[in-house]
Amino acid sequence: MKINGKSKNKSLLRFTTAGSVDDGKSTLIGRLLYDSKSIFEDQMEHIVQSGKRLGRKELDLSLLTDGLRAEREQGITIDVAYRYFATPARKFIIADTPGHIQYTRNMVTGASTADLAVILIDARKGVLEQTIRHSFIASLLDIRHIIFCINKMDMMDWSEPVFTGIKVELALLVDKLNITDAHYIPISAKYGDNVVERSENMKWYNGKTFLNLIETIEIRKNKNPENQRFPVQTIIRPHTSEYHDYRGYAGRVAGGVFRPGDEITVLPSLRRSKIKSIDMFGKTLSETIAGDSVAISLEDQIDISRGDMLVASDDIPVISQDINLMICWFNERPLKVGGRYLIRINSNEAGCVVKSVNYRMNINTLEHDFENISVNMNDMAHISIKTSKPVFFDTYRKNNITGSMIFIDEGTNETVAAGMITVD
Amino acid sequence: MKNLININDEHLKELENEAIFVMREVAAQFENKVLLFSGGKDSIVLVHLARKAFWPARIPFSLMHIDTGHNFEETLKFRDDLAIEFGAELIVKYVQDSIDNDRVVEEQGVNASRNKAQSITLLDAIEELKIDVAIGGGRRDEEKSRAKERFFSHRNEFGQWDPKNQRPELWNIFNGRKHSGEHFRVFPISNWTELDVWQYILNENIKLPELYYTHRRKIFNRNGVYLAWAPFMQLKPNEKVFETDVRCRTIGDITCTGVTLSKAQSLEEIISEIAATRVTERGGRYDDKRSEAAMEDRKKEGYF
Repeated sequence: MKINGKSKNKSLLRFTTAGSVDDGKSTLIGRLLYDSKSIFEDQMEHIVQSGKRLGRKELDLSLLTDGLRAEREQGITIDVAYRYFATPARKFIIADTPGHIQYTRNMVTGASTADLAVILIDARKGVLEQTIRHSFIASLLDIRHIIFCINKMDMMDWSEPVFTGIKVELALLVDKLNITDAHYIPISAKYGDNVVERSENMKWYNGKTFLNLIETIEIRKNKNPENQRFPVQTIIRPHTSEYHDYRGYAGRVAGGVFRPGDEITVLPSLRRSKIKSIDMFGKTLSETIAGDSVAISLEDQIDISRGDMLVASDDIPVISQDINLMICWFNERPLKVGGRYLIRINSNEAGCVVKSVNYRMNINTLEHDFENISVNMNDMAHISIKTSKPVFFDTYRKNNITGSMIFIDEGTNETVAAGMITVD
Repeated sequence: MKNLININDEHLKELENEAIFVMREVAAQFENKVLLFSGGKDSIVLVHLARKAFWPARIPFSLMHIDTGHNFEETLKFRDDLAIEFGAELIVKYVQDSIDNDRVVEEQGVNASRNKAQSITLLDAIEELKIDVAIGGGRRDEEKSRAKERFFSHRNEFGQWDPKNQRPELWNIFNGRKHSGEHFRVFPISNWTELDVWQYILNENIKLPELYYTHRRKIFNRNGVYLAWAPFMQLKPNEKVFETDVRCRTIGDITCTGVTLSKAQSLEEIISEIAATRVTERGGRYDDKRSEAAMEDRKKEGYF
């Protein structure tokens, strides 16, 4: 869809940044905001004051991104923080996530809504276990675009061979992880080289600066344009004289394109009907695409409630009580084989029992562990579950929305895991 | 920061889709729902989004205003008219009542504000009315502790926020499960920036109180922030009241809402002004200037 001659996907870019404090992640974000003039005077005054209190001599841009008191005191990032900035070309939402292994769950959280991942590498250290971990999480969460920023080039004499060496090593990792679109930029976040301004110290680098790349990279928002999926959130019944018989199914399109007249099947009842109208605040739409929040009404009176899904009649997702999936465990209490949890998949909810842990991922080496596989906080594992009723789903690779779920502990109501459905 | 007005507004569509999705999750997951309405632009945008989310049905939330008693008169009239126009139930709770019932001790002195006291009145109302969710217009770009806030933010039975132990929030799956006595704060416009809000108001032609546009007002300068003068405000010896053209960038309790010197008469002029400004929106909020973690501390206690 084109609007004002501009391509639709030039609008909003959500990206996640991974790397530890030592990699200069906060400094990179600070630099990006500073050089793109997105830091306001009162924020600037604030980081100058904080820096003085902490006894820093140079302007410390990393102070800009630490939100909570404990984070400022300890100089660490604990939780995902969201940052916003805009350039004339695009608007950006950054999910800034801590990079240490004990915060894997936060990185997974930040990655779940990202179109692109930025992974920092310290040029002095090259590809480390954590680089593998960050790349693996990005690929597992199906982030299609990755930018590797090789940082601290200033400490390696701006050396091209150093950069090339790391790039070759990363390319092997990228192949192994099936990452389709990878970019490599030599930077110095501290001095700003190749962040917003082109580096005077690395004239050998002909590629884009970091900002220029994220401004121009093509992102396909609708990852699943073919398969029609519409999970029902709630039913709109106005009970007014004007709209006495109106019954709208409110939801956000999770895949495909819907148009009035389309033949659809309702899950789980398998009843069929046709789309009568697609409404949004008094406007009747001729079509609606993935990402749109709309209300759909049908030709026939069918019993439909929250958790049901409208799908194309000739393209029905998997309906089953047995699911295999990769999970990231979030809770201090380990996963229990045989344990019962609630799952939420879209607006649908069901009980489940964990049948088996098939393997635990060693996310630093990408090896599978089969021995003594307890699943603790921040672990990733492949498991099989049985649900209390048939649920309908796609694989995560096919559709990130209809293929993802969370696990809830019924006793504490906490979200204890996130899951991505796999083929087997 | 220039030329932001011309930015492709397709990003607003995405933010709107997200906010409507969140509104509908609230409607489906909770029983006793209120939308915190202050008369400020963010809560006005929330009401507009709620109308879109449930059209042609009415908004399935009551509007709740925590009234400090230190309001701009225009805001109250705007609030009452809006509730009538959209057929929403309006609940007003008064900080003065909390003071009279000894629930709150009124701050004294020149910097006295009822801003902090609002949290007590709000939490009392939540308990009294058995509210299990309160929708707020908080945005992550406003302030550093808000940057860590979830869309669905859990509050324990004391109404407190525990920022170090928040539920992970993935994809578009929101977990609003809770024990009785606990509640949630939900922030549908978490991902909006100040400029997004203004551009959306312009695109959607949303009516705002006149205070947001330029008008003559008596003001004074306190530590670099212009505050609107009102009879109940105490002045320091060096502070002089004068009249000039101003507009409000945010609207809250008078005692802590800074005003901006401005001649902007239209939304387009306001947007140009904001796009060029070098101070954040809350830079004029006196309540945030109290300490480095002022907002974090208030939020833990139950603030909006």
